[in-house]
Amino acid sequence: MLLCVAVAIVRMKDLLAVVMLLGVYGLLSASFFVTMDAVDVAFTEASVGAGISTVLMLTTIAMTGRNESAPPYKHLLALVLVVMTGALLVYGTMDMPYFGFAEAPANLHVAPRYIQDSMAEVGVPNLVTAVLASYRGFDTFGEVMVIFTAGLGVLALLGLAKPPKDGDAEIDLLHDKLHEQHLVLRVVCKMLIPFILLFALYVQFHGDFGPGGGFQAGVIFAAAIILYGMLFGLSTARRVINQPLVLLLSGIGAMLYGMVGVVSMLKGGDFLDYSVLLSDPIAGQHLGILLIELGVGITVASVMVIIFFNFAGRIEYLQRKRSRDKQG
Amino acid sequence: MIVGLYNYWIVVILMMIGFYIVIAQGNLIKKIAGLIIFQTSVFIFYISIGKVDGATAPILADQFSQYSNPLPHVLILTAIVVGIATTALGLALIVRIKEAYGSIEEDEIQEKDNQEC
Repeated sequence: MLLCVAVAIVRMKDLLAVVMLLGVYGLLSASFFVTMDAVDVAFTEASVGAGISTVLMLTTIAMTGRNESAPPYKHLLALVLVVMTGALLVYGTMDMPYFGFAEAPANLHVAPRYIQDSMAEVGVPNLVTAVLASYRGFDTFGEVMVIFTAGLGVLALLGLAKPPKDGDAEIDLLHDKLHEQHLVLRVVCKMLIPFILLFALYVQFHGDFGPGGGFQAGVIFAAAIILYGMLFGLSTARRVINQPLVLLLSGIGAMLYGMVGVVSMLKGGDFLDYSVLLSDPIAGQHLGILLIELGVGITVASVMVIIFFNFAGRIEYLQRKRSRDKQG
Repeated sequence: MIVGLYNYWIVVILMMIGFYIVIAQGNLIKKIAGLIIFQTSVFIFYISIGKVDGATAPILADQFSQYSNPLPHVLILTAIVVGIATTALGLALIVRIKEAYGSIEEDEIQEKDNQEC
């Protein structure tokens, strides 16, 4: 299935179809991850691959046009190169352990320790959360910083979408009229959005025990806000969501994560060693994981919201520029 | 049996499809789509390595004794979110390129660059 969709993506000329197929592709790979027992990953991929990435691609082609004009060139050479690389890689897999083999080297290194000792050391049933937040807390900190930096990069490239001034009420009116057409969608989503937000919070704080955690919760939370922005118009969404506050929150989330590390250092432990946070090491671990997951959730959600608002704001900016050019 | 390696072959094929799009197609958005496919193939590679036959999802419970390897899950979970953040950065660059050059086709951009020199 995945292969069929991927091949279709290569052949498609219409970029809108490509984007839609990528959404299907994301959902398919999410269901594949469920069959591979990676429920947390499937969670993330479903909301990112089928949700947010599709929206972002759509806003981009709204600005750049949906048709691919240039004919593919260097066809044969590229194909030969790709087939050769593929053949070499397949040759390389001959030495790999078989699929699902429990004694494979990858499953013998640190995984047994995580599975056997983490209940005593960290005390969190969801092993993925335990490894993500505690054993590999340092790594996750780096990832959060990368996300934060990417958010800043988008901000720098597309500029802060400034709230429209009164003179542009005409365009706002046009937008609102457009959005009024989707009455059914608006009513249904208005009912759904609170539950999506609630679900995001559940995923956030239940991540220790079931599949979930800061990354997934952040993405789901942002998806709810993006849905609102798409259906009720950007100007309405701006009134509800304070842009500078979101910007501040993305920094606060990253800082919260770092601060937990600094506090544990001040308490005499290593950076991000939560056991020293409270007198009981297990309770300390729980507190630390809760706090850093909260930091991750805040950062991811606000960065996603920032990215969406900047993309959508850019469209609005271009439209306004075009209408001003016409008038002038 | 050599068929036991099929998961790697699927990964290789997907990866090569993504690679082909990146090198052979001129449209920048198509290239991003290729990168996403490439990226997903790496995710699938990691996750399929962590799969253990007869094991269950790595959430501890009394009735299970065998779990899949949680480490690849952690790595990929964060990689997905980082991936969307960097993809957004790439798309933002494309939007600016379109504004500056009026095109998102690689050869047209190249031509305009040459004219300016």
